[in-house]
Amino acid sequence: MKDKILFGYTGLFDTPDSIINAAKKASEEGYKKFDINTPYPVHGMNKAMKLPPSKLGYASLVFGLSGTISALLFMYWTSVLDYPIVIGGKPFFALPAFVPIMFEVTVLSAAIATVLTMIIVYFKFPNISHPLHDTDYMRKVSSDKYGICIQADDELFDESKVQLFLKELNAQSIAPVYFDDEETENKPSAFDKKFIALLAVVAIIVSGSTYILLNKVVYSVPFNWMMNQNKISPQQSNAFFSDGFGMRNPVEETISRGNLPYQFKNKPEEAGLLLANPLAFTEENINLGRNKFDIYCSPCHGYFGNGDSRLRGQFPNPPSLHSEKVRNWKDGNIFHVITEGQNIMPSYSSQLTRQERWAVVLYIRALQRAQNAKESDIQ
Amino acid sequence: MSLPNEQIEYSRKDLSPKVRQIGLLLFALGLIIAVAAYLTEPIRASFMNLVLLMFLLSVGLGSLFFVALEYLAGAVWSTPYRRIIEIFAATLFVLPIVALPVYFNIHDLFHWTHLDGVSKDIALSSKSGYLNVPFFTVRIIAFFLVWILFYSLLTRNSRKQDAIKDQLLTKKNIKISAVFMPFFALTVTFSAIDWMMSLEPHWFSTIFGVYYFSGTVLAALSVATVAIILLNKNGYLVKGIISDHYYSLGALLFAFINFWAYIAFSQFLLIWYANLPEETFWFLSRWENGWMFFTIGLAFVHFLVPYFGLLSQPSKMNPNRLLFMSVWILVAHFYDLYWLIMPTFSKGEFVFGWMEIGFILLGFGILVLIFVVFSKNKNLVPVGDPKLKRGIDFRL
Repeated sequence: MKDKILFGYTGLFDTPDSIINAAKKASEEGYKKFDINTPYPVHGMNKAMKLPPSKLGYASLVFGLSGTISALLFMYWTSVLDYPIVIGGKPFFALPAFVPIMFEVTVLSAAIATVLTMIIVYFKFPNISHPLHDTDYMRKVSSDKYGICIQADDELFDESKVQLFLKELNAQSIAPVYFDDEETENKPSAFDKKFIALLAVVAIIVSGSTYILLNKVVYSVPFNWMMNQNKISPQQSNAFFSDGFGMRNPVEETISRGNLPYQFKNKPEEAGLLLANPLAFTEENINLGRNKFDIYCSPCHGYFGNGDSRLRGQFPNPPSLHSEKVRNWKDGNIFHVITEGQNIMPSYSSQLTRQERWAVVLYIRALQRAQNAKESDIQ
Repeated sequence: MSLPNEQIEYSRKDLSPKVRQIGLLLFALGLIIAVAAYLTEPIRASFMNLVLLMFLLSVGLGSLFFVALEYLAGAVWSTPYRRIIEIFAATLFVLPIVALPVYFNIHDLFHWTHLDGVSKDIALSSKSGYLNVPFFTVRIIAFFLVWILFYSLLTRNSRKQDAIKDQLLTKKNIKISAVFMPFFALTVTFSAIDWMMSLEPHWFSTIFGVYYFSGTVLAALSVATVAIILLNKNGYLVKGIISDHYYSLGALLFAFINFWAYIAFSQFLLIWYANLPEETFWFLSRWENGWMFFTIGLAFVHFLVPYFGLLSQPSKMNPNRLLFMSVWILVAHFYDLYWLIMPTFSKGEFVFGWMEIGFILLGFGILVLIFVVFSKNKNLVPVGDPKLKRGIDFRL
């Protein structure tokens, strides 16, 4: 049997105070490569062992801040440069909305990067198993003893001196610990065939069981693919009809219920002459008109019809509704514009029913009256 | 029932008369300026008086919360200086005096006290079941009585323990603290709503009470930290308060700096996102007419500077740096309260002048004097507390 390689000398203590004392003495003696093993964290150990403060925090800071900045830049790129969309009337660069995401990315990148750094820095795996594992020493310091281990690769290490040092500290069961031959000879490799095979098996089992669980076992109401319904979607083909179109025109010579066709298409003058407002000037109708006006008209025309758009210049402002021209229009002309649209104003016939359109006309009249009151109104 | 607290090295020393002189000087200066302010611009002065009131309430109530929290959590690290926090909780006693001028000017401060205006306003008249002068008066008196009650119960037991060293008194205080906590949560929330949120009676924010709570804890903690560092430096405290204790105080300050920022931003983000005119006007009056820089400054003064100032470990362990940051945070809390209250007084333009400085001096003077008065003939360390030895031995 060949000589075993010495890892270090161990000694055991009974109380936390004595282990703190031992750690202090060992660091005073000048030992650098020694370790303390205790069943639970002993307060004040860092100082006693003269351990420098961990530098891991700097890694967290750097990774965290780079997370913050990259999140900010990414959102700037997506929502300002690459694909600007107005969301909720906010500016493209909406910093308050970015802050929660920047915060989350900071925390996430700091946490993950810190753990990875720690693993890379601290676990430089020389062996699969640490020499202290499966020793009597480790068994004892995992239950009720406090142990110190002075390593043989320390510059000051000298077998007899270390033994004497531990004896002077009144350590019990002072014993050498050796490297395990089998461990030192078999270096682990990340590309070990068995290890790769194990990873593959684990990956297949995890992804397979997740797939089966989500798609076969838990295939319940919220997961039943609401997009795939047994009906014709817009633009879909349908073999039932000879032309193959899914979308159909109404049958000729018929109209659907409640859907009177508009007789004055492209005839604004006739609409002005022939159409009259069927609604009376009642509070109810005015309120209906105001409600619909505020929803559909006010974004561009402004709440009072002054043409002061709220759309921040993203759509051209319309002219005021208080102009001479519009005031002299017949009700039918306004009704016609709402129904058919005019210039870049689109038709609102699908958003507003006939009655609602007439109510809006009433409300516009009320607005006009309010800004251009006649002498007689004051009396 | 006594515990071996014999190893503890503490002998009571009387405070140096310098402290009292400094306190009196600050107080006198502040008082003169405050009176002058009341004579020249009474409305502005009463608004500042409200800022001062909320500042002192923060320190007093926050300190009482801390004492209760220590008992409830069974914390040992703060036991060696709990008495100092108890002394600052006595700030609660001066609140009625500070509140009186505010109360007499209630019509200048609170729009909802004008009954003719309330009756014409649907929002206000439907709130008038809560916001009316009699109920308001009852509330502030009741809150004050609750605070004094719990202050007396907790500190009496604590002081008794100095003499008879009875462990059961700690147990009793734990129970009292448990009862106090829900009262604390309610009173701090409704105090914030009554005194500050109702300045703009149309405005509402459900997080407002928590917002004020975060400031309360910061104020109490920073006052205590300043006092602990100064007293410990000059040997008034028990031997053995070291950087590990400072670190814990600093870490808690740091935590609550973050908590404040979290709450403040939550309040802002929701209102900014929803963009409803009945909510946004509150922020707009803190953004327009010169208030913008003050608002942006709040984020720096109350969050970014203390955040980076307290981020590293040495900054929390080094007493001088921690002292600086504590004073900074205390001033930042004043800044925060100013930001909450003063824009209601002056929507048209940003104001800050000699009056405001006077009230700040007055606030600090009152705190120093309260410490001088309430620490007289008292141990500055709870020598009978069974947790004291463990508290001194506390290591990170």
